[in-house]
Amino acid sequence: MIDLTTTLPGLSLKNPIMPASGCFGFGKEYSDVFDLNQLGAIIIKAATKEGRYGNSTPRVAETSAGMLNAIGLQNPGVENIIDNELPFLAKYDVPIIANVAGSSVEEYVEVTKAFTRTTAIQAIELNISCPNVKEGGIQFGTDPGLAAEVTSQVKEASHVPVYVKLSPNVSNIGVMAKAVESAGADGLSMINTLTGMQINLSSRKPLLANKTGGLSGPAIKPVAIRMIYEVKQQVSIPIIGMGGVMTAEDVLEFLLAGASAIAVGTANFHNPLVCPEIIEALPSVLKQYGFDSVEDAIGKGHEHAYTGLSRA
Amino acid sequence: MINKEWMTIVAKEQIAKDTIEMTLSGSAVIDTAEPGQFVHINVGTNNTNLLRRPISIADVNKKEQTITIIFKIIGTGTDQLSKYTVGQELDVLVPCGQGYPISKVTMKKALVIGGGIGVPPLYYLAKQLQQKGIEVTAVIGFQSEEHVFYESKFSEIGSCHVVTDDGSYGFKGYVTDVLDQVDIAYDYYFSCGPTGMLKAVSKKLEDKKGYISIEQRMGCGIGACYACVVPTSEPNGFKKICKDGPVFEAKEVVL
Repeated sequence: MIDLTTTLPGLSLKNPIMPASGCFGFGKEYSDVFDLNQLGAIIIKAATKEGRYGNSTPRVAETSAGMLNAIGLQNPGVENIIDNELPFLAKYDVPIIANVAGSSVEEYVEVTKAFTRTTAIQAIELNISCPNVKEGGIQFGTDPGLAAEVTSQVKEASHVPVYVKLSPNVSNIGVMAKAVESAGADGLSMINTLTGMQINLSSRKPLLANKTGGLSGPAIKPVAIRMIYEVKQQVSIPIIGMGGVMTAEDVLEFLLAGASAIAVGTANFHNPLVCPEIIEALPSVLKQYGFDSVEDAIGKGHEHAYTGLSRA
Repeated sequence: MINKEWMTIVAKEQIAKDTIEMTLSGSAVIDTAEPGQFVHINVGTNNTNLLRRPISIADVNKKEQTITIIFKIIGTGTDQLSKYTVGQELDVLVPCGQGYPISKVTMKKALVIGGGIGVPPLYYLAKQLQQKGIEVTAVIGFQSEEHVFYESKFSEIGSCHVVTDDGSYGFKGYVTDVLDQVDIAYDYYFSCGPTGMLKAVSKKLEDKKGYISIEQRMGCGIGACYACVVPTSEPNGFKKICKDGPVFEAKEVVL
């Protein structure tokens, strides 16, 4: 019997698989396709203080082994989410992680405080890395000082553990990780999308109305693995890994790199049943590669130094 | 309830330039498919054509348990789809979205207005309207003669006016030009086509009651990702095209 459980601050998970924020709405649509109780957790769509309409369309474009999106944090606002979206999810025996976004430290704190009135969430994912909004988001994710500031204030306001979602659009991911760890983050969530662009040859214009978008999907998996591997060696807080996960083999790769749980994003659009299918396949993949449990595999990619040819 | 299932390709034919008609055989979910709904097809692998392609349902045969789709080869996804052959299986989400609400409106005469690859869903709609005893007139527009399809099928149902951009077949100009030149009586209109055409049609027919089906680049296809939204006439209002649509009352949305 392969043990799929994994434990992180505030989260006792029956398996390490959760849909990533923004790729699963608030769960209702996918509940029409499969039983959400199968999931390890759910990270719901980003919440801001007031409702946001988001960007103009087109908001998505396909790329080689991936896609660009520029939704722009469309959401009905935190109070609406608490009153109208969370009660539906409370019916399921699945931990809920709320993604908190904002344009200022004050907004992040206000959204976090709003969530304190509900017991329906078990953790917060602090979104300092959305590349698709004009103000806020990514500026907090690329400046270590700002990232630490928003982390410590949100941590103070929160009644649940805080996972800071890091942006890959930085030159030194370790500096960002250490900054938010020092500021009190309970965990990390990484990586968000890489900023990209696609130009339409006929119209000679960027395909996305927002011009730039976030690149996700299998194309970014090696970047995610590298960043998680690097960060794992520099911090002691746990990591929720994500970035192009399509299969149970991908999940094992993220575990080896150092992730304690794994979020699945773009793959849900390709196959709405991908989460339950990965959960079903995971025990045999773990067994095939010599692991009895998920926790056995976490960080095991670091144990063997490379012993290739040396010309020294 | 949306089902994800493997459907077998039982027929495939090129019916106009770059235009493929494909018939898929599936299970009982077909019984609930309504005109205007679409299927969301996985044409790729984990690494190519990652996003599914939304294709409208052109016809349903409940007895044979088949649905027909018609698509135009425009990009890599539809090109890949065109390479599938009879006997192969496709991974399909079916049926998606909300169709034309023909059971909720009463009418004696209907006008269907289609442009290009927006024509297919109107065929199943026209068939359903005819079955209800409603008189159907069709106005269908294409780029040029080589792109024209389904004229004879629409003519079996009611009168059919074809228009081409270059005048190489039928009327010359746009579907709205036909509406200027031909006097057609109808209670409701139903339209599907490129956004520019839908804008022109809904503006021209703003005093009439009608429904339009709109297209947009989609992500999930089930309403979760907020990629394909359209503004509504209410302040800050929006609808999800894949889930609340693709069919909307013409006055409900702002194109």
